[in-house]
Amino acid sequence: MNSPLITLNKISKYHNTKTTLSSVSLSINPGQIITLIGPNGAGKTTLVKIILNLINIDEGEVFRSPDLRIGYMPQKLHIDPTLPITLERFLKLTEKNTKMCSDVLKEVGIIDLMKCPLSSLSGGEMQRALLARAILCKPNFLVLDEPVQGVDVAGQEALYKLIAELHKKLNCAVLMVSHDLHVVMSSTNEVLCLNNHVCCHGRPDQVSKNPAFIELFGENTNTYATYTHHHDHKHGLHGAVKSSKLDENGHSHD
Amino acid sequence: MIDVLLYALLAGIGVALITGPLGTFIVWRRMAYFGDTLAHSSLLGIALGLIFSVNPTVSVIFTCLVFALILVGLEQNKNLASDTLLGILSHTSLACGLVVITLMPDVKIDLMSLLFGDLLTVNFKDVITVYTISAITLLLLVKIWSPLLAITIDEDLGRTEGIKFKLVRMIFMLIIALVIAVAMKVVGVLLITSLLIIPAATARNYSKTPEQMAIFASLIGSLSVVLGLLASWFIDTPAGPSIVLSAGSLFLLSLTNKNK
Repeated sequence: MNSPLITLNKISKYHNTKTTLSSVSLSINPGQIITLIGPNGAGKTTLVKIILNLINIDEGEVFRSPDLRIGYMPQKLHIDPTLPITLERFLKLTEKNTKMCSDVLKEVGIIDLMKCPLSSLSGGEMQRALLARAILCKPNFLVLDEPVQGVDVAGQEALYKLIAELHKKLNCAVLMVSHDLHVVMSSTNEVLCLNNHVCCHGRPDQVSKNPAFIELFGENTNTYATYTHHHDHKHGLHGAVKSSKLDENGHSHD
Repeated sequence: MIDVLLYALLAGIGVALITGPLGTFIVWRRMAYFGDTLAHSSLLGIALGLIFSVNPTVSVIFTCLVFALILVGLEQNKNLASDTLLGILSHTSLACGLVVITLMPDVKIDLMSLLFGDLLTVNFKDVITVYTISAITLLLLVKIWSPLLAITIDEDLGRTEGIKFKLVRMIFMLIIALVIAVAMKVVGVLLITSLLIIPAATARNYSKTPEQMAIFASLIGSLSVVLGLLASWFIDTPAGPSIVLSAGSLFLLSLTNKNK
């Protein structure tokens, strides 16, 4: 039960001459919430695709638990506007059972939209629709790629709350990707900061302590926390590591 | 004399039945140029068939499949923009087919009928071929409909949910190759894509589900065939272009329908 759902052991991925991921190790345990942060081009999407088993790695090993069931929420759907499809039909691509489809829509709070065309959904509704599709297979591991993208601040908070609820209900592990370097969910157990290599990882701090956060979002929200961290090395303009001191994981950035 | 028209109608409708549903996927997956390239390569297929004395339908299917695989392979390599690549292959294969066919000393082939179709010369045997291939491709398409729709909406999501992506794509390519081989006879190499794209785009303005759009596309394609052939019969216009023109007119008409 407590063995990891998935373990990555020193995996590397190269695109032509560029190193996208360099010796990344990561282990995800049942029920854990982990947030993956990092700037654009840090290799977040590549890492997610490796976890989803969509692309091969060049070096290292990946171990998957035999009972691993992944529910995946992509960043954004690129549906051609000429494709007419309702929310219900969209879910039925995964699960034919109408009852199960309406159940997940109730859980994410958009049951009223079941018969609506997908193209008529707002940003927040669309994210909920994707979330509904992700939990249809009753996953024990949810992979969410920038789940609050294109959603306003109030909507983001509601969405984070919903994810926390689903996490509790499904008792699943959650991996969330965010390009926002500062704001992560308060229920996050662990934050992994990626910039082609693992910069650092650890527990996020409590939200209330951070004045910058309070200034931004007010005091009445407890869904967010900020992850304050300092790097013992600096990055050059293109992300190259300038100092080569050992970081907290004990690996050298050379 | 009337059986000429009857065979033409039957063959045309047989082709329209499959180009409709297949065309919806070409539209949704934005593969119009891809279809065009394969259609152009079919001329090279005809030439190869003549050189090796193989049945032209078989050699066209084979050539289209090979081109489809090359395109899929080249698209993984992102050094060239997709449309540039398709443009190069599309016109090179068309030119190559034209040159080879004109160079063959013993063969007298009506190039116009290859390029623009020759529906009014189909015989009973052709009708049987059209319906056999249409039935096979329709069956295949129904078989992969759901997974193909899923990966059309989001490839990564579909693959995460366990869809055998490569197998589905392979069958899809096979369907395209087969359909091009039969559609050639109706509208010719240069106009095949129009039979895929126009009825599907027209059907969009009347449909609420993917399946509805596929069925409407079949019906609209068939109607275009009937209208085009009637024009060809009574005012003596070329059959292939008349069918495409009818489809185009129906599309224009559909734009007036605001009920999207």
